[in-house]
Amino acid sequence: MIVDPFIFYLTVFVLAVFVGYHVVWNVTPALHTPLMSVTNAISGIILVGAMLAAGTAQNDWGTWLGAIAVVLASINVFGGFLVTQRMLGMFKKREKKGEAK
Amino acid sequence: MTSNQIAFAYLTASVLFIFALKGLSSPATARRGNLFGIAGMVLAVLTTLSLIHNYVLIIGAIAVGGTIGAVVARRVQLTAMPELVAFMHSLVGLTAVFIAVTAVNNPTTFGLHDPLPMGNKLELFIGTFIGAMTWSGSVIAFLKLSGRMSGRPIVFAGQHALNLLLALAMLSCGLWFFLGIETNWMGFITMAALAFLLGFLIIIPIGGADMPVVISMLNSYSGWAAAGIGFSLGNPMLIIAGSLVGSSGAILSYIMCKAMNRPFLSVILGGFGSEGGAASAGDGMQRTYRSGSADDVAFLLGNADSVVIVPGYGLAVARAQHAVKELMLKLQNKGINVRFAIHPVAGRMPGHMNVLLAEAEIPYDQVFEMSEINSDFPTTDVALVLGANDVTNPAANVPGSPIYGMPILEANKAHNVVVVKRSMATGYAGLDNDLFYMDKTMMVFGDAKKVVEDMVKALD
Repeated sequence: MIVDPFIFYLTVFVLAVFVGYHVVWNVTPALHTPLMSVTNAISGIILVGAMLAAGTAQNDWGTWLGAIAVVLASINVFGGFLVTQRMLGMFKKREKKGEAK
Repeated sequence: MTSNQIAFAYLTASVLFIFALKGLSSPATARRGNLFGIAGMVLAVLTTLSLIHNYVLIIGAIAVGGTIGAVVARRVQLTAMPELVAFMHSLVGLTAVFIAVTAVNNPTTFGLHDPLPMGNKLELFIGTFIGAMTWSGSVIAFLKLSGRMSGRPIVFAGQHALNLLLALAMLSCGLWFFLGIETNWMGFITMAALAFLLGFLIIIPIGGADMPVVISMLNSYSGWAAAGIGFSLGNPMLIIAGSLVGSSGAILSYIMCKAMNRPFLSVILGGFGSEGGAASAGDGMQRTYRSGSADDVAFLLGNADSVVIVPGYGLAVARAQHAVKELMLKLQNKGINVRFAIHPVAGRMPGHMNVLLAEAEIPYDQVFEMSEINSDFPTTDVALVLGANDVTNPAANVPGSPIYGMPILEANKAHNVVVVKRSMATGYAGLDNDLFYMDKTMMVFGDAKKVVEDMVKALD
């Protein structure tokens, strides 16, 4: 008996939603903005789809549309992770020994 | 790489993304978590490179996009984070649409059957319309948040009926698309165009202080769009990453709605304050309030033992976070206990205030959530409200008030209250704030940054 691949993907999907649900409830509210920017970067994973679209042997307008999609998704990936890192770098605990910079 | 190795690399990347989110449970682990996320992305991209041909084109495209992204990330003002996030959501939406179009054009690119089986068509249809709505909705959110478009709700008669009609038309185009045997471009393109239009129409009636919900919702959409594309391409990593983002955005929307005590549906249908706001607009009586100067406040603060600062969107608009830091240091040098109280919907996106205070190097262990600090207001000498309004309105405790039941920061329980505000104008809910008229409240009018700087000077 062969299971339709769709059922397999659906299984992955449902379990991933549960994982997401539990992980995100544990995020401290103080970090909700970095959460949004990092999830932005993670949804940039769609870059993988864009690379496949642009990466085929036959060159047609689809290749170019794929290439534009790669540019857009890369903005997300780089921008998202870097701005998150920048923000997180600002969250500091109280320290008694004067200014850091 | 064999397909098994590729699948394994994708699985590893997915796990790294989960760790990235897990790290955010505390500021101490968050940076490491973000590095996990970056590692996951690098692994995913390198693995994908082994599957494709046009290296030059693709690496070039990544370099272009990466440079733009890096420059934006470095330059953006932290007060502009809500706009940036909305902008990035729109990119995910548009990318999803482009990928779907190339898949319809040439299914074999992604290892799909040509012509497309019905199941794949359905997945592409879902990915496209969510992507298209994410794009156009985010564009409107971006324009509103960056002030290029008025933040006021745009409502007109028959709005919901029109949206419903368009949604039905879109669905029938989708049906037309996946029942066709040949590739039905007409159906596909009309469907996408209607989804774009719908995205615009759904966001325009939502305004101002409801933006945290909108931006979280679009965050969620962008995740579902990625997951939808993952289904079409049969890529579990896209499905996992997309679902993580989708559920994250959904949870944030839920938290935001709860913090405003409003049903999600009513926020999404839009136009708060325009629905019978007149009933609450007051009884026409001129109410009296006490106003003071920055010097008066400085005197009050100088004699306090404990001060709680309640920041709101006005702080972000005035970019007053650095001035507030100065004030905090001045007061701490006098041995005064200074803390910050953050309402979940303060600002224009979840966590907006926390980031601004962190930017000014205010330690995060002095910044408290509503539930942590509310019980301390009765023993606080001065509650200093900076550019916040509705989130401190005690009317939320009065049955019958439009905001009844909304959890508020109980600044009204402090011994003294100082409110820095530009005018007596009402907040987003269109309500008078009883806090402003209390005997122990002093109103200081002016730009938050200017007023706080004056307070700092007066404290010398």
